[in-house]
Amino acid sequence: MSNDKITQADKDHAADLAARAAARAPSPASPAHEDHTLFDVQEMELNFGPQHPSTHGVLRIVLKVDGEKILEAKPDVGYLHRGTEKLFETETYPMGIPHTDRMDYIAAATNNHAFCLAVEKLIGVEIPRRAQLIRVILDELQRLSSHLVWLGTSGIDLGAVTPFWYAFREREQILDFFEEYCGARLTLHCMRIGGLPFDLTPGWTERVSEFISDLPARIDDYEQLLTDNRIWKRRTVGVGVISGEECIEWGLTGPIIRASGVEWDLRRAKPYECYDELDFVVPTRQNGDTYDRYIVRVQEMRQSARIIRQCLDRLEPGDIRGKVPRVIKPVAEEVYASIESPKGELGFYCVSNGTNKPYRMHCRPPSFINLQALPRLAKGHLVSDLVALIGTIDIVLGEVDR
Amino acid sequence: MAGEEATPGAEKPREAAKPVKREAADASGHPWVRSIRAAIPDAVVSAKEFAGEVTVVVARETVARVARHLKDAEDFKYCVDVTAVDWKTRAPRFDVVYHLYSFSKNDRIRVKCGAADGEEVPSVAGVYLTANWCERETFDMFGIRFSGHPDLRRILTWDGFNGFPLRKDFPLEGIDTGAAIYPEEWPDGGGPPKNDPNRKVVS
Repeated sequence: MSNDKITQADKDHAADLAARAAARAPSPASPAHEDHTLFDVQEMELNFGPQHPSTHGVLRIVLKVDGEKILEAKPDVGYLHRGTEKLFETETYPMGIPHTDRMDYIAAATNNHAFCLAVEKLIGVEIPRRAQLIRVILDELQRLSSHLVWLGTSGIDLGAVTPFWYAFREREQILDFFEEYCGARLTLHCMRIGGLPFDLTPGWTERVSEFISDLPARIDDYEQLLTDNRIWKRRTVGVGVISGEECIEWGLTGPIIRASGVEWDLRRAKPYECYDELDFVVPTRQNGDTYDRYIVRVQEMRQSARIIRQCLDRLEPGDIRGKVPRVIKPVAEEVYASIESPKGELGFYCVSNGTNKPYRMHCRPPSFINLQALPRLAKGHLVSDLVALIGTIDIVLGEVDR
Repeated sequence: MAGEEATPGAEKPREAAKPVKREAADASGHPWVRSIRAAIPDAVVSAKEFAGEVTVVVARETVARVARHLKDAEDFKYCVDVTAVDWKTRAPRFDVVYHLYSFSKNDRIRVKCGAADGEEVPSVAGVYLTANWCERETFDMFGIRFSGHPDLRRILTWDGFNGFPLRKDFPLEGIDTGAAIYPEEWPDGGGPPKNDPNRKVVS
């Protein structure tokens, strides 16, 4: 990452923004600036999805359009509802972890982590240091892989096919690391209450370390394809602008709020595991548009690489599991624990009634809450911008619907 | 981690095979609770603190006012989540649970209110935009109605589904909902077709 390059991108970005704002501003001198002065407004209802390749799953959006302009967008979710929260109530605490894999299925490790944190907070168990470090490594690898999927797919939505192949090349390596660690590539089930199921395999840290050393150069490759790409900027700059205050009002978290100038990251604000001793930057941008959210995610990937490097340096032999009783029967209390998942604040609200099963386990899914703001972001944009906006919110329908 | 350090459990978990016994402390003297009580005198029912989390139980009618007060006076600007718990046999059957976060305090507060089956809870969607979908989900899953909600429809299940899946008396296997989605193929709205030998009617 070279700083002057980003400065140049900033300048271009600002110029682009100004040009687009000027083009969009209504000019009273020319009465033909709005479509309906030339043609009658013809409202039409359009079903976008649920089987649409750019909805990233089964999301249906009922659009009210005038020509190509979106007047109103109503997301319709629930096609993937599997009653996960109901299932949690019928099974013991450890049996709930595999269900979390299936919520945000491209970031399973962070889901496992949030679930385990909630239960650990409830029973008050101490996590050994080695387990904390490995958890952070797994989390950050998962963040990388999730952002890589986002980069590839949202690029392909906007016609940039090439970054997809680059992004999935690296993602494949990360999935190989997961496979070597826990045997699974997607639904990992790679954390347990109180620690981890397995220790690292021999040579794993070296291979991850090598991958992390290569990563910054590879992120440069993606940036070379997109950051200064005129077509990419035309499709993303000034699209879906949202201010920091509005983000808070809508409950938007993760890269979205950071792209709107609010430096808020749960890894920094409420550190869990050993994030408080790690040195990393929370990237923020000011404009709050799709382009800025892209920049924030790319910079987050660089920071993830830094975090993994620091954790690898700190790894020492030790326990990987705290003292957890065979049967987990917490006190009849309630806790809420959340982590910074790749998509935002992922929290679990756990209510216990003193038995070995959770009385109520509720997930606060970032995708669900973030998707709620889609009508606000899409209003006034074109249908083709909607594709960019779905990509930039970075939803996983498994998590939206649970 | 910060929350765990703040808890009163002083025993060392490494020595004991069992997890540390921890109990909730009374938090009625907490500044936020006092602030609510000062602004809306009859709102607070009880307050407790567990694992560094403050929980305030308020009267059902005052929820929206409490939320407004916490947002404006105490700077809880971010509504994390709204959900509910079904206690089945308890006197007000449901607890509606709100999690609020303050950026300036870097802390969360949990506000709860009891609601009996059929009772309406004032909607906080006018205070926090986030609450809109969360309350819809709560309505969908528990059948708790929120008065003053702009668009209280089902969100995860389909319109016409006639059960509330997260209620404790809803069977895990599902129910015969009676809602016709494709009446020609599935006359009863869900599950395998009627002539399927594997069909199991649960209701």
